[in-house]
Amino acid sequence: MTSTPVLEMRDISITFPGVKALDGVSFRMFPGEVHSLMGENGAGKSTLIKALTGVYQIDSGEVVFAGAPLVIGSPAQAQAAGISTVYQEVNLLTNLSVAENILLGREPRKGGRIDWKAMRARSAELLARLNLDIDPRSELGSHSLAVQQLVAIARATDIDAKVLVLDEPTSSLDADEVAELFRVIGRLKDDGVAILFVSHFLDQVYEISDRLTVLRNGGLVGEYLTTDILRIELVHKMIGKEIADLENISSRTHAQSADGEDGEVPFFSATGLGRTGSVEPFDLEVHEGEILGLAGLLGSGRTEVARLVAGADHADSGETKVLGVRKRLRTPRAALRERIAFSSENRKTEGIVDELTVRDNIVLALQSDRGWLRRIPRRRQDELAQSYIQALNIRPANPEALAGNLSGGNQQKVLLARWLAVAPHLLILDEPTRGIDVGAKAEIQKLVASLADEGMSVIFISAELEEVLRLSHRIAVMRDRRKVADLPNEDITVGQIMTLIASGTEDGE
Amino acid sequence: MNLVRTVTRSRLFWPVAALVALLIFNVLVTPSFFTVTVKNGYLFGSLIDIMRNGAPTLLVALGMTLVIATRGIDLSVGAIAAISGALACTIIRDSGNGDDVGVVLTAIGISIGFSLVLGAWNGLLVALFGIQPIVATLILMTAGRGIAMLITEGNILTIASAPFKQIGSGHWFGLPAAVVIAIAMIAAVALVTRRTALGLLIESVGINPAASRIAGVRSRGIVWSAYIFSGLCAGIAGLIISSNVTAADANSAGLWIELDAILAVVIGGTSLMGGRYSITGTIVGALVIQTLTTTVYTAGIPKEVSLVFKAIVVIAVCLLQSPVAQEWMQRRRRPLPVVKSGAPVA
Repeated sequence: MTSTPVLEMRDISITFPGVKALDGVSFRMFPGEVHSLMGENGAGKSTLIKALTGVYQIDSGEVVFAGAPLVIGSPAQAQAAGISTVYQEVNLLTNLSVAENILLGREPRKGGRIDWKAMRARSAELLARLNLDIDPRSELGSHSLAVQQLVAIARATDIDAKVLVLDEPTSSLDADEVAELFRVIGRLKDDGVAILFVSHFLDQVYEISDRLTVLRNGGLVGEYLTTDILRIELVHKMIGKEIADLENISSRTHAQSADGEDGEVPFFSATGLGRTGSVEPFDLEVHEGEILGLAGLLGSGRTEVARLVAGADHADSGETKVLGVRKRLRTPRAALRERIAFSSENRKTEGIVDELTVRDNIVLALQSDRGWLRRIPRRRQDELAQSYIQALNIRPANPEALAGNLSGGNQQKVLLARWLAVAPHLLILDEPTRGIDVGAKAEIQKLVASLADEGMSVIFISAELEEVLRLSHRIAVMRDRRKVADLPNEDITVGQIMTLIASGTEDGE
Repeated sequence: MNLVRTVTRSRLFWPVAALVALLIFNVLVTPSFFTVTVKNGYLFGSLIDIMRNGAPTLLVALGMTLVIATRGIDLSVGAIAAISGALACTIIRDSGNGDDVGVVLTAIGISIGFSLVLGAWNGLLVALFGIQPIVATLILMTAGRGIAMLITEGNILTIASAPFKQIGSGHWFGLPAAVVIAIAMIAAVALVTRRTALGLLIESVGINPAASRIAGVRSRGIVWSAYIFSGLCAGIAGLIISSNVTAADANSAGLWIELDAILAVVIGGTSLMGGRYSITGTIVGALVIQTLTTTVYTAGIPKEVSLVFKAIVVIAVCLLQSPVAQEWMQRRRRPLPVVKSGAPVA
């Protein structure tokens, strides 16, 4: 192991219109080391990776690679320099052979034609290097996702990579497959490759990495040796409060009557609800007028829980009850029938219908519930739109504006209006305040609290623990796709929640 | 100035402009082009001919508009038209009494019923089995002509039936019957999609299927009914086509009509990506195509170059509507700095 870094990114800044995506971030990688990049959504991880791999151009700062300054103008330049990337979704061609995939675009040639023999030999050599015993001639699609992932790595190592970027390589792998991947990473390390590893799973990060860099809101928090930093500290750094500060913030909400006295039937309950590869079976209860907060890191399973409850994903185990009566919520439509509304975290892809007007967007769920034949009269639509635009302070206050032209915060309010229009008994809000400005955020929080006061049940998901603590009557904590705690919000501190997120128990490690 | 901008920016501006240009061209070549005469209480003239001959394409394009709005496409409409015509003609011939109104009505009813079944088949493949629309409807596009051949036993069926002839060449309320049928269907679609919530739900599914699902929209049912409706339109178009010549030709009835229909929809400003659609646009689009065909004949453009001429006009309209051209014209009109929306942030 050498002590000089193979790659140094110094003081990197990248600005998109209106947003500073990276603000003076420095980052370095050493040969033969696995370096994990840590941070929550919007921390700047992807931006940094894209700057490194030539997808984005840096606005200021410099990159020194193998001792010389390097300007990375395009992904091709990054590859040529020896920076190779394996993206989260395997970017391979499943209908071609393993060898073709490994050497695509770099096929060995003889007299202008592809030299298939050399191609097979070269692929076999690369696969052997990774201890991967598969036939280079076999079709890629016939192998498991894990093997495909490894083939992608074989492809990445062919170009003599000095730096290998693995962006969420384990997100679709099971435990054995992860072990296989880590073995391969170990081999590459021994060969002196510097590996940039990104994963939402803290356990995996601690198992494989030598060094960590934490980003938050586009800024650098710090670089640490994995052996030097406790998980709880790491979580604090990612989420952004010092331990001392956290202990002082106590929750303002108190567990009310809604925390489930004996005999009271919860509005919604789930037992053993789960989905393979998505979230382990869990139990969950939400009472009338109760706000249940779901806390956990990104990828911990908090969104998956919401999707199962809302019928957006199919559960493959467990059962759900509404007011004590067994109901199968197989589709969002079935859930809406039971007055369970789900506001997805993906505002763009699963929320706003951007080419329709604000009014259309607001009435959409109510209208589909009524069926196409019973159109909501235009006057009633206008009333609904006007009243929600006023109540939620949607700007511009024009019901005929195209929803796609509104700002993120206002789109979020339009979506809230859509769900409120169906008068839900249970409203599931997944990251309703992400990426919107402070004012809108406060308005939405206030609204959620007052809705619960009026008897609506709410499942509230947010990456911001303070927000979850402030609003919720009860908090369920998710960790590595498992529900690890469910406690009334009485004198809980952000610190305690973080301990649960980091280690799965209240006592820490 | 403001009015000019509003008008030229409208999605309908270029298709309407193309239509007007074609009509003016026709008048210059044939001064009597706009003349509409009344004979025996019926309207006659080039304009009426355009509408009458364009009715089948317009009907098919109407169904196609809704299918395209759901992000789909229906290639089988020509084949369905052929089947519908073949079925009606076979029933009328086999009855041996082509002048009996009851027989003709039964034949029409069965043809339309079968067209609905064929549309439902397309919808089944697309909405339930999730097969790509272009592939799903390609099945019936190719197999459908075979079915029509089976029905006609491989012959061109010529029939004698005064009531059946009415559909294609008769007159109702002074107008050609085909035009009346087309107008009635347009009115029905406008009524059903805009007076009920169907239009909103179709657009919602077409623009953002995932969001629509979360909002509880029954997208399967909506997509399915779009294909059923397209089948119905194609069936009626097939009846008009075969009635016009009082014959059923399994091979050439409604040949390439799907492409004309798709073109009409696109010229009318409905995006093949689905979502917002314009019935008015489709009507204009279908009229542009039919006027173009008529122009080729009336202007005496040699047969060899007629397709090239048609292609040039279509390319011109499509280019003028293209995003690049629209942006270019907007920049010329108002030299304001365009603020691009930001790149995605990590």
